[in-house]
Amino acid sequence: MTKGLGQRVAFIMGWRFAANGEKRMSQGQSGAEQRLVTPGMAVGPSTGKRAGSGIIAADESFIATQLGWLKEFNNTVSIDPINAAYMPRSGDLVVAIVAEVRNNLWFMDINGSFQGLLPMSLAPWKVEFGAARQHMDIGDVVLARVQEVDECHNVVLTMKGVGLRRLNQGIVEQLPVQHIDRIRGTNNERLQRLRDLCDSRIMVGENGRVWVDGNANGIRWAREAIHAISSGGHNGDIDQFLNDLENNMKGDA
Amino acid sequence: MGGYGDVQLLRDDGLRLDGRKLDEMRPVTIEAGILPAADGSAKVTHGLNVAVAAVYGPMEAHPRKIQRQDRAVIDVRYNMAPFSTSDRIRPGFNRRSREISKVTAEALESVVLVERYPRSKIRVEIEILAAEAGTRCAGITAAAVALADAGIPMRDLIVGVASGKVEDTVVLDLDKAEDNYGQADLPVGILPNTGEIAFLQMDGDLSPDEFNLAMEYNFKAAKEIHEIMVEALQQRYQGGEA
Repeated sequence: MTKGLGQRVAFIMGWRFAANGEKRMSQGQSGAEQRLVTPGMAVGPSTGKRAGSGIIAADESFIATQLGWLKEFNNTVSIDPINAAYMPRSGDLVVAIVAEVRNNLWFMDINGSFQGLLPMSLAPWKVEFGAARQHMDIGDVVLARVQEVDECHNVVLTMKGVGLRRLNQGIVEQLPVQHIDRIRGTNNERLQRLRDLCDSRIMVGENGRVWVDGNANGIRWAREAIHAISSGGHNGDIDQFLNDLENNMKGDA
Repeated sequence: MGGYGDVQLLRDDGLRLDGRKLDEMRPVTIEAGILPAADGSAKVTHGLNVAVAAVYGPMEAHPRKIQRQDRAVIDVRYNMAPFSTSDRIRPGFNRRSREISKVTAEALESVVLVERYPRSKIRVEIEILAAEAGTRCAGITAAAVALADAGIPMRDLIVGVASGKVEDTVVLDLDKAEDNYGQADLPVGILPNTGEIAFLQMDGDLSPDEFNLAMEYNFKAAKEIHEIMVEALQQRYQGGEA
């Protein structure tokens, strides 16, 4: 059966092959053969290897705990999940939306299980007690960083740092959290290419939100690219999409 | 004859009323990811049973009193649609659906890695669209596939399956007549890869030998259903939608 973005990828018994029979690597996962595993499935012996995310060790073998693509890199076996919730970690750059305002803090929707808390002491402005709403109100979008996450999932955000600010222009698009590496590519090369092609400012939050600001056409192309990644997912060939976009732009010119 | 009244549940040729052998399961089909609005979903048809499960979360547990500081809680809501049986069911929660919701939640909590999501809630909605005995098992199977579809980490896929006794004979996967007029019913939740039992209920009496035979049938059926579950998940995501 031939499936996938542009009908280019075929799958046989969990292994991924290109339509011409050549074994094909997942986007951003070069060098690793991919197999779709389900929770509880034994994925191989644990001797001499480390268990990565989505893997537990039991009786000298590794067991998958999530539905996803199995990968092995640097002697670590892990799962690239097909669906995942955003789990904030300290240092994450996130695109957050103000959900609630109190006298001295903001509650931010960070697309996770829990809201993030931005105290006025970590805002970039001098805020008087009771005047938080004058600086940011419900629905405002900000670029923030996760300052701290404790074991009970209390998330504290900060806006003190280079580039962290309120986002007054542009649009925010949503991307499944597990696909953000696909829009970035290796060393952010793909993201930079997308920025250049769209002539737009694009910020990718670890929480799966992408902020795009540019002219109307640039925003439209960036949205199309993000949607292509969302719908194509692990099977989508985003580089091919960008090549097509570049060719179309040359044709228009 | 161990049946009730003059209802004959086994034919003279040793087969059951619907022509199945004693250790034969009703046909099972599973489809994953049927509800776009849910984080994960699945539909299971088991004989004439149709169960749909939807999973939402993990999300912040509300009200706060249900939060657990070290793990997530699984909130299951099992409901039979008013049109699922020949007699209309009064809509809403009742004693039976409360009990099944509770045992299903406990069964799922034993396989989901709940310690990964402290203070959170994972909501599982199970809706029975058509019922013909064995709806709690179909519901558990559907919930397991929906949880996997939602990307919730689990130790294994739990399979719901039942055996029972009719006319002093142990049979696998009771249908409606066998459930209503049989002598015993033994629904279990099995983790097929480890062979563990996550939940077990028994209605009626079984001797130790009958119990062992019923469990043997259950484990055999669980393996078969597990293969269908894995196939359903692989089919969904090898279709280029991931």
